[in-house]
Amino acid sequence: MSERSRIVGSALGNLRILCLLLRVICPVSAAFAHPAEPLSPTNIFAPASTPADSIFGLSLFVLAVTAAVFVTVFTLLVYAVVKYRRKAGDDGHEPPQVYGSNQVELAWTVIPVLIVGALFLATARVIADIQAAAPPPNSIEVVAVGHQYWWEFRYPGLKVVTANELHVPASDPAHPTPTFIKLLSADTDHSFWVPRLAGKTDLIPNHPNSMWIDPHETGLYLGQCAQYCGTQHAKMLLRVYVQTREEFDRWIQAQQQPAHVSPPQQAKTGLAGDPADTVAEGRRVFEKTACINCHAVAGSANADGRFGPDLTHLMSRDTIAAGAAPNTPENLRLWIKDPSAIKPGSLMPAMGLNDQDLNALTAYLETLR
Amino acid sequence: MSSDSIAWPAAQPLSRPLTDRVHEWVTTVDHKRLGIMYIVYALCLLVIGGIEATIMRIQLIRPHNDFVSPQVFNRMFTMHGTTMIFFVAMPLVFGFANYLIPLMIGARDMAFPRLNAFSFWLMAFGGLLLYFSFLGANGLYGAGNAPDVGWWAYAPLTALPFSPGHSTDYWTLSLLVSGFGSMGTAINIIATVICMRCPGMTLAKMPLFAWLNLVMGVLVLEVISPLTAAQLMLLIDRYLGGHFFDTQAGGSAVIWMHFFWVFGHPEVYVLVIPAFACISEIVPVFSRKAIFGYPIMVAATVCIGFISMSVWAHHMFTVGMSPQGNGFFVLSTMAIAVPTGIKIFNWLATMWGGKIEFKVPMLFAIAFLFQFLLAGLTGVIQASAPVDWQLAYSYFVVAHFHYVIVGGILFALFGAFYYWYPKITGRMLSETLGQLHFWLFFIGFHLTFDFMHIPGLLGMPRRIYTYEPGRGWEIWNLLVTIGVFFQAAGVLVFVGNLVWSYFGGKYAGRDPWDAWTLEWSTSSPPPAYNFAAIPTVRSRRPLWDLKHPDDPDWKYE
Amino acid sequence: MNVIPMTLPQPGLKWELPSRGRVGMFSLIAAESAIFTIFVVAYLFYIGKSLTGPMPKEVLRVPVLYTICLLSSSLTIHLATRALRQGSNKVFGTFWFVTLALGATFLFGTAREWHHLIYDEGLTISTNLFGTTYYSLVGLHAFHVTAGLLGLFTVLAFTLLGKLRQEHAERVDVLSLYWHFVDAVWVVVFTIVYVIGR
Repeated sequence: MSERSRIVGSALGNLRILCLLLRVICPVSAAFAHPAEPLSPTNIFAPASTPADSIFGLSLFVLAVTAAVFVTVFTLLVYAVVKYRRKAGDDGHEPPQVYGSNQVELAWTVIPVLIVGALFLATARVIADIQAAAPPPNSIEVVAVGHQYWWEFRYPGLKVVTANELHVPASDPAHPTPTFIKLLSADTDHSFWVPRLAGKTDLIPNHPNSMWIDPHETGLYLGQCAQYCGTQHAKMLLRVYVQTREEFDRWIQAQQQPAHVSPPQQAKTGLAGDPADTVAEGRRVFEKTACINCHAVAGSANADGRFGPDLTHLMSRDTIAAGAAPNTPENLRLWIKDPSAIKPGSLMPAMGLNDQDLNALTAYLETLR
Repeated sequence: MSSDSIAWPAAQPLSRPLTDRVHEWVTTVDHKRLGIMYIVYALCLLVIGGIEATIMRIQLIRPHNDFVSPQVFNRMFTMHGTTMIFFVAMPLVFGFANYLIPLMIGARDMAFPRLNAFSFWLMAFGGLLLYFSFLGANGLYGAGNAPDVGWWAYAPLTALPFSPGHSTDYWTLSLLVSGFGSMGTAINIIATVICMRCPGMTLAKMPLFAWLNLVMGVLVLEVISPLTAAQLMLLIDRYLGGHFFDTQAGGSAVIWMHFFWVFGHPEVYVLVIPAFACISEIVPVFSRKAIFGYPIMVAATVCIGFISMSVWAHHMFTVGMSPQGNGFFVLSTMAIAVPTGIKIFNWLATMWGGKIEFKVPMLFAIAFLFQFLLAGLTGVIQASAPVDWQLAYSYFVVAHFHYVIVGGILFALFGAFYYWYPKITGRMLSETLGQLHFWLFFIGFHLTFDFMHIPGLLGMPRRIYTYEPGRGWEIWNLLVTIGVFFQAAGVLVFVGNLVWSYFGGKYAGRDPWDAWTLEWSTSSPPPAYNFAAIPTVRSRRPLWDLKHPDDPDWKYE
Repeated sequence: MNVIPMTLPQPGLKWELPSRGRVGMFSLIAAESAIFTIFVVAYLFYIGKSLTGPMPKEVLRVPVLYTICLLSSSLTIHLATRALRQGSNKVFGTFWFVTLALGATFLFGTAREWHHLIYDEGLTISTNLFGTTYYSLVGLHAFHVTAGLLGLFTVLAFTLLGKLRQEHAERVDVLSLYWHFVDAVWVVVFTIVYVIGR
């Protein structure tokens, strides 16, 4: 290979490495530079609610201090390694032995103590801000109950029970309407984490906790369970819909209604016959078999099981199985037929229904809007 | 002379049958042999734990991967954590302590040699019991299953309703058994260091290695006990109908967390303080200077030992403690950064003004300093409780503690291998292979654990067998997984070096590094009795005094 | 195979370090104290938190006699080891046997108390939080008493076989440290269970 092509080759190689590095570094710095456009919907540096904001501010301070410490010590380390290496023409004598220095020791004890003091004070302030907040009169009250592997959400004051998808109104800083969430657990430990809205708080049985969020902008905020709770911990996802006050009120109104069985829009179940018959057949399957042991449907006299999610307004949700699959008729049918195809280890058993019952049941559930 | 006319037959080396030699090792109470057995055991389990990590990383290389099922993945992270902490890091630390402490303090063995052997076999049996769970945990019902409750085994996930079968019991019993072994070793270390130092070696003249292992021993006694107690309580809950952690009967899941982390946090100091001990021996020798600030180093370590017992609930910031409770643990956790930082500065000052030689032990030591600095700083970041409300249980934490354990402890132990292998075997490890090992592992370590911080910052929790696309986590997980293969290559080179050098390495002689502590005064390897005559010392660096009779240390101490 | 002789000139060095047995036993006691502390913390934490079942006040009877037995065994063991150091084997043997008897009486008392609690009051380890923490803490202590009695019995056996001599005084003293520890733990357990917790 000629000299020139080798140089070009190595320059191109270096350029390629540089490009790869830039592609890696740029998204990272973009995240820091443009917090309003998160490179991830769960970026802790893109806060959209007061607790997350406070934490973000504190984290910048803490990062700045620790970065300064790192740069200082790292520079000294590199300097020492370069300057005090054994040189080529060394005479072989040992260098002067220095056993210690009280002044130096004092200096690098006092300065870290001061740094720790500053960090602690800044931290204590934010702890108080977030933990000591009391619910103002306009706040929304939610009770979240963690289950293996789904979220139960109740609005006690508004008499609404739903699952996995939390709806809250956006909070105007001038007239705040935060949402205060009480955290309980029905079985093992879980943790509620929606990074853009707040730090996480655990749900521990026999140990009620509480947290609050006051999202400033409407939108969908994602999160998931953050405390290992069993086999399907990974698919216990969270969706928080922050809506305008009007949208939220409308949603509440709809959720407060009992299930009304309207004829399905399209008969997607592939069965011949009157769709209304299929739906009624599906309702019979639901109410006369084991489904009602675990699931509740408001308006259905004997469907009041609490072990699984409330299904009264199942079709108002975008996902099923705590976010494990989009809420489509195909997925719903598959979920009922064989939950382990979507979420192996989930506590919903395969119901062993024949195809006819399965289609009817799906058609019925499709009417629960 | 009359003897000239007698034909002496050529001396034949005695060759004993294999069973004899194995029997000798199995029944040994010699601290050197037990130390080697600890280390070899740990290396075997390092490879197994590494395979478990590789399986996890392959599963996480892309979202919705199906390399392994969620059940297998959950067993992998439980076994990986339990193996690495209890059956790799602790035996490595105990192995080096066992081998070196008597040699460094001029003793012929540890204080209780038979207890020493018993402790080793307890630990070894514990590890075997843990891995037997793969076969035995399900009993007759089919392929066994290993524990899958995470290495912290939080209640109530470990209660019978949520963990039927015996997998949790294997976790509990194997750690209970090896915990008793750890306590035996700790008692041995403490008694040896306090009662068996050679004449002239006051506590103020001991090598830092001995001091720091003494602090480690005391910590082990105070922290393995809470874990033992908690595990006994768990067994009572599972088998005698107890209610310690039974939330349905008014019991508390949080109290398990308190008990576990009262053990769990100081445990990492049990692991890191011996790593500090290795660094405190390597850095002075390869900088050609005495350690800077010996008394402060001892005081700082003792402080770390004490404070480490008061920080545990920083693992529980999200559990819902009061603001005052959170505040206390913020302060204690940040406070421990002060003596730890002091130690880093002292090592730096030892190098300052020296003549640094970049042999492989020193490469690992310098990397340790850089990486432990970063690890400590990410610890300070998480010490701020509100920040931790975002970072807890995420990949940021996983990155942080691997930075400490791999980037700190394992790097220091690698340095210790290269430094003391000549003494243990009489041969030098290959410098070339050592450099290859270092650079492969360094690159792999940083690829994996630098980039691992980022998914945590972007909201990725830990202990998940798969993740959703579209959260910005994919590229980072890919890079993290690639790094694993570099690390694996590095470890393979290392193991190859250990084996190859044993048979073909350069002969080391008594003192290949021109060092200053007592172990370098014996032959390599030392005879079974260590010292023909018990030495008497006058300073912290007895061999320096002998090599520099005009300028001995005891004039300045 | 060169070995540097490491003896440096030292004017008049007197070198005495603590005995290994003592340091080892103190270390063991430190570890055991930590285990007991955790069980004590659990007991204290769960006072008053039982949802059902018999409460301490209702069923616990203060074991005054057996406590006196155990605590005076500390005195007798001290007298025994002092006698052995002075060379009076017979006195040692007598006091040692009395110590063992007192310890065994204490265990018998615990067994009697448990029998009453289980069969007459219906309190078992699985009844409620009080039952769990009570039996665990007192049981852990009883287990340590048993281990101590085994040690005491071994020494008694050697004494009866005529093999125990004055030079063994140091080792017997180390064992007696363990026995004192067991007694001290009982003081704590007694206070927590029968005084504070009732």
